[in-house]
Parts: sequence; structure tokens; C-alpha cells
Amino acid sequence: MIHRLSILLRPEALHIPDGFLSAPVSIVGWILAVIIIGYALRQTREHLGERQIPVLGVLAAFIFAAQAINFPVAGGTSGHMLGGALAAIVLGPWSAVLVMTAVIGLQALLFQDGGLLVMGWNIVNMGVLTILTGSLVYRFLNGRLGRSRTSLIIGGAVGAWLSVEIAALATAVELAASGTTPLNIGLTAMLGVHALIGIGEAIISVGALLLIHSTRPDLLEMGETAPGQSSARWIGAGLALAVIVAVFSFAASGSPDGLERVAEDQAFIDTALDPVYNIFPDYTLPFIGNETISGILAVVLGTMIVFGLLYLFGRVLRRRTAG
Amino acid sequence: MHIHLVDQYQAGSSIIHRRDPRIKVGLTLLFILTASLLPFGAFGAYAVLFATVMAVAVVSGVGVSYVLKRSFIALPFALAAITLPFTIPGETLLTVPVFGGIIITIEGTIRFASILIKSWISVQMAILMVAVTPFPDMLWGLRALYIPQPLISIISFMYRYLFVLSDEVLRLLRARASRSAAVPGKRSGGTILWRGKVAGRMAGSLMLRSFERSERIYNAMASRGYQGKFRSFARPSLNSTDYLFLMLGIMFFGSILVVSFT
Repeated sequence: MIHRLSILLRPEALHIPDGFLSAPVSIVGWILAVIIIGYALRQTREHLGERQIPVLGVLAAFIFAAQAINFPVAGGTSGHMLGGALAAIVLGPWSAVLVMTAVIGLQALLFQDGGLLVMGWNIVNMGVLTILTGSLVYRFLNGRLGRSRTSLIIGGAVGAWLSVEIAALATAVELAASGTTPLNIGLTAMLGVHALIGIGEAIISVGALLLIHSTRPDLLEMGETAPGQSSARWIGAGLALAVIVAVFSFAASGSPDGLERVAEDQAFIDTALDPVYNIFPDYTLPFIGNETISGILAVVLGTMIVFGLLYLFGRVLRRRTAG
Repeated sequence: MHIHLVDQYQAGSSIIHRRDPRIKVGLTLLFILTASLLPFGAFGAYAVLFATVMAVAVVSGVGVSYVLKRSFIALPFALAAITLPFTIPGETLLTVPVFGGIIITIEGTIRFASILIKSWISVQMAILMVAVTPFPDMLWGLRALYIPQPLISIISFMYRYLFVLSDEVLRLLRARASRSAAVPGKRSGGTILWRGKVAGRMAGSLMLRSFERSERIYNAMASRGYQGKFRSFARPSLNSTDYLFLMLGIMFFGSILVVSFT
């Protein structure tokens, strides 16, 4: 009964079923999810040790159960909570990632709430993006506004609301990249509906945070000092940067650059050889259905690959000079 | 009052039930992948896959009606694709005489129908997989697909306590309901903000209780020798029927894909 209850009340539009995302898009989601889960497992093992499984397991059960706690809003609809932001604030980012992954995995496996092939993106949307957004926004606002009860409320509310919106944004982008929903319609619908759902998330999350703050503030302290805050900040900043770069790439001109223009004018452009091997031909990802998103994603992935390579290179260099 | 969060497993001893969980999970994933890779409009291939689902439902004894009834769960999400008949360019199917004539295209309708059918048959196979595989076996099957052991353990622990915590939520909701008297005709229930905060405090108190419960559980485990890893008995290896199913499955899905792309 409780599951039927929670099915009706959950923001169903975020649990993507199989068939709505194309296979290549799904695989990208899985790659991201696998990398992030692997990192989260390492971080939490160091921090929690033997407690890792019992604590995270029970808290995952809590999140699942808490998603059924609702409050009537109007005319039969209810507000309720996804739980990513709350988990991130109280547990720290990487524990929260594992907790939400377990919840999403179980919902898909046992209740077919969310597909199996598309679970990678469901995990990234509801388990990673909500957590990074909730955690970073809360810490930023709470820190800037003085760490009082008021700043807790503001940070928690804004963090929770934004976490739902970001997850909705990502879902709309994935649907558009798969050719299922046009980007403009998807964005409007997703962001619009979840702006309301996010209010429910914000109110419940803040209510929970206030109770924890007044009875066990040490738990909130533990959440603040959980490991991986800096890596969460880096990853969040990296993702935000990638998004900004991508959005600005929109403004990039389609006209040929200097050399290409001269080659065209002097008619020697045909002597150019084709590359042996195309990764992102013409700054696009050929398997993505939507041209705009294809271009944006190519820029984002390209930026991340360059960043990743530079980072690895830097680490190798540091080890060489240190050793 | 006990929660009716039921395990979806339907006990049986059919040839499907007796397969190794790795085969059941692996073939389900291959099935869903095949459905996903099929081009739009390959209705013949979709029918073949649907027939496969029905055959498995019958052979395993789970029953066609059980699968069909539960398969409509993803229906609300169909709204995501509902604009396709209107936005995908192509030959006009019909024109709706509102707002100056909205065109519905054939290509758009085919794509819309394809997405819905693919999603529907994928869900059905997932329902069957859960119906013929007990949950612990399913987790073990996932382990064999290289999902990390700590994550599997967390999920299995979560499953163990799901029912306990869901019962607590039911008690919380019942307690709230029994304190929520309303006089007919008079407004009651406070403001939305107040109701939301009450719900929030319910969630918060449940979180605290879960934390403290997890501490007690860990202490109980540690005092019984827990050192961070679960140990389990060795599992049987794949037998010849399992390999047969695997090979037939791969050939079957492969040929469907090859045929539909030619």
C-alpha cells in the first residue's frame, strides 16, 4: 500500500522508463554513474569504515520510506520529498550519492519505477545532480549568511528547490538528446512542473533540517565535516564551467576562421586530407538526435576530456618531481 | 498494522525459474537493449519481442494477465513523447481543426507509437525478471555483472530494513491522521506551509530514529564479529541449460537486430 501511495505522489517525471532515451545516450549516463559511484565508494569506505554498509543501508531505507511522507496541497495533490538535498546536507555528498543510488536502483529493480538501461541517467539526475546542487548551495548560503537558524532555512530551502530544478533540467536535456521531446517544450514543461514540486521538497527538507538542528546538531556538524567536500566542489565547479562554456558556444560564429577562409578564397581547400579518425566530427556528436545539443555536448565533453588529461598529466608530473 | 510492500517474486519451479540469476538478469538486460536499439517503425520486430515476453510469462507460470496489469506503470511518462506527432516533420496524417489547423505527421506518429511500444515491452520483461527471481538472487546476479560488492551489500541491507522503516512511516501517517479532525464545512488543516513543516518534522524525526537505529544495528553486528564484509556460501555455477539459454538468447536478439536493420 505504501508503495502505491508513493507512486502516486512522487515526481514521476524524473524516473525515466526504458525506451525514452536512446541507447548511446543511456550508455553515456551509465559511464558517468559508474565513475561517480566508484569514487563515492572509495570516499565513504575511508570515512565510515565498517559502518559503511549498515549506516548507508538503513539510511537508504529511510529515504525510500520518507518519500512516502506527504502533505496535502490542494485538490487531491500533495507535496513530497525526493530526499537528495536532505541526504547531502546531513550525510555529506558521497555518502548521499550511495544512499540515493541504492534507492533508485531498488525502485527500478523491484518496482519498475525507472528503467534498467536508463538507470545510469536516473542515478546521475536524482542521485548526483540533486546532491551536488543541494550540498553546494546549502554550504555556500549557510556559510555566507552567518550559520544561524535563518541561514539554515534559506540555504536548505534554496538548495532543495534548486536540486529538483537541476534534475528536471538534466532530464529535459537527455530527452531532447534522444529525440524524444523537443528541447524547448521539454525544458518548459520540466522546469515549470518541478518549480512547484520543488517547493514541496524545500518545505519538507527544511522542516527535517530544523528538527535535526534542534535535537541533534552534532549530526549536521558531521555532515559538514564529511570527506569529499572539496572534491564535490571541484566536480560541481567543473560541471558548471562546462555548462557555461557550452551555452556560450552557442554564440560562436559559424563562419570559417582565418586559414579556412584563405583556403577557400585561394581554392586550395580541397587539398586538405581527411583525418584518419573522427572523434567529434565538426564539433558534433553524430549519434545525438538534436543538432544544438550535439554541438553543446561535443564542446562539454571535449572540455572535460582536455581538463581530465591535463589533471592526470599534472598528477604524474607531481609524482615524478616529488619522487 | 503491517505494511503490504510485497516482494514481487512469484514462486515456481519452471524451466525459467530454475535458471541461474545471472542468466535471468543478463538476458533481461539484453532484451531491453535490443528493444532500445531497434529502429522506429519496426513493428514486426516489436511484435516478435512482445510474443517472447508472452511466451516467457506462460512458460514460467507467472501468467500473461499479471504481467499486463503491472505493465502500465510507466504510462504517465508517455506525456514526455506526446509532442512527437506534432513536431517531427513529414507527411501529413491528418489536420486537427483547432488553432488554425495543427498538423499530425505520419513519421511523428510512428515514432511516438514506437517509443511507447518499446517502453511497454521493456517494462514487461523487467516485471518477469523480478517475478521469477527472488530478490537476494537478483542482487547476486548483479554482482556477477561487476556491480561493486559494497553497493550490492548496501542495497541488500536497505531491502532488509525497508519494511521496518515503511511500517514506521505508516504509523507516523496514521498518528497524524488521527490528530487531524475536521469539522465538515469549516476550513481546517492550517496553511500549506504549516502542513509542509509538519511533514518535514515527521521526516526529520524518522531520520534521527534511523540514524540511531543504524548505530544499534552496527553495534549488534560488531559484537557478533562483523568486520566490514558479508560472507556467503558458494553459489552453484552455470549449467548446460543456462549456457543454452544464453546462446539462444544472444542469437535470437542478434538476428532480430540484423533483420530489422536490413
